Amino acid sequence: MTSTPTAPAPLLPAPHDGVCPFSPPPVYTEAARAGTVTRAALLDGSSCWLVTGYHEVRSLLSDRRFSADVRRPEFPSFTPGRRAILAANPNFLRLDDPEHSRLRRMVTGDFLVKRVEAMRPEVQQIVDEALDSMTASGGPADLVGDFALPVPSLVICLLLGVPYEDRQMFQELSRVLVSTTVEEAEVRRAQTELLDYLGGLAAQKRRRPGDDILSRLAARDDLSLREIAATGMLLLVAGHETTANMIGLSTLLLLRHPGQAARLTDPAAVPGAVEELLRHLTIIHMGLPRLALEDVELGGVRIRAGDGVVAMLSTANRDEELFGAPGHLPADELDVDRDARRHLAFGFGVHQCLGQPLARAELQIALATLFHRLPGLRLAVPESELTFRSDAFIYGLKALPIAW
Amino acid sequence: MQVSIDQDRCCSSGQCVVTAPEVFEQDDHDGLVRLRLTVLPPARFADVRLASELCPGGAITVAEEAPERDRERTGPAAG
Repeated sequence: MTSTPTAPAPLLPAPHDGVCPFSPPPVYTEAARAGTVTRAALLDGSSCWLVTGYHEVRSLLSDRRFSADVRRPEFPSFTPGRRAILAANPNFLRLDDPEHSRLRRMVTGDFLVKRVEAMRPEVQQIVDEALDSMTASGGPADLVGDFALPVPSLVICLLLGVPYEDRQMFQELSRVLVSTTVEEAEVRRAQTELLDYLGGLAAQKRRRPGDDILSRLAARDDLSLREIAATGMLLLVAGHETTANMIGLSTLLLLRHPGQAARLTDPAAVPGAVEELLRHLTIIHMGLPRLALEDVELGGVRIRAGDGVVAMLSTANRDEELFGAPGHLPADELDVDRDARRHLAFGFGVHQCLGQPLARAELQIALATLFHRLPGLRLAVPESELTFRSDAFIYGLKALPIAW
Repeated sequence: MQVSIDQDRCCSSGQCVVTAPEVFEQDDHDGLVRLRLTVLPPARFADVRLASELCPGGAITVAEEAPERDRERTGPAAG
């Protein structure tokens, strides 16, 4: 069933070329038009499968015949050498069961829906204080640096037990870790530095525990300091990079759609609006890599054991059949009143984002409060001057100058 | 409608609790899914179907017209 490609296979990861800052890079949408499962090539020269259809992505990510274990030598690598760096200290996102499940279940209790709901007043206070501080100068301000990044950073620092004073260090290291363009040696150095830092914190907490995730992990004798550090690094990086980029991009997108932004002043409309923003923006633009362990038929294509596969969440989330219900705008457009709950922005399968209840609460509170408190919110520079993070595994804005 | 849960497949994403909070809850200790109701009110059927569809681990199974002998599968002890 494998089709013969008529054009050269697209090279992944494909950077954004600025056609539309909110849509998946054109390479992926073109691949999606060619088929739900097509051939592609990775930067290291190896070939892989690019999975762009909603049903195929869902099926792939929930099929245990596809591995997420980055330690396997054939595992697809987005950039040369990156796989080896990740494989040296894999977190549970990069492992299969039973190791994945053993490590993930040690922190699931910290992200229960009920526990996150109980944190809402605390998150609201963090959001209010960040807005107070941002608006104190009278403007203009950088929404990314002054609001979108501080809010989730503070929240994850509190939960993990990482001193917020150290944010400059971990935010910089985190940027290196999610970048697709920095040198291999620099990625390795950043990973080692952040793991050493978190391992050091865990060692301190073993002696003087606090009420936080690192302390609870440090209290266990079935975990090494390195395992604790790897789990801490995943939660720290994923906990602030993703939500920060979602807040920044969502704000810019809503500024383009003032009528839809106004819907955020209705508390009943906020959760649905956030699901639609998650669907529409799907900031994991590079896709999720997997390795086929057996021969698998997917989307009419025979994938062989040992083949690399990349699941594109962003194209899956633009599926017209799933999201283009009558009476709503096409799936390629933002419609905050759409029922977008079937989106795959948090992934799917056993690796689906553990922090999604927290991400939802932060996005709902941050965006609703921002547009409620600053009804005159506007861009402080022409849109053409904005710079996007198109060279990272997590897409977003580098800065967002605003006035109000 | 009959609903059964398989805690071995649960990955504690919380999708079910967000989608159908009257029907599903997460265990305080380990975060695994539990049923809050033994008898599902028809008004909740649509939410439960969606929760089953959204469950990333495939831990929630819905049988629309289960035979009488399977009735005992519905309940907190399932899975």
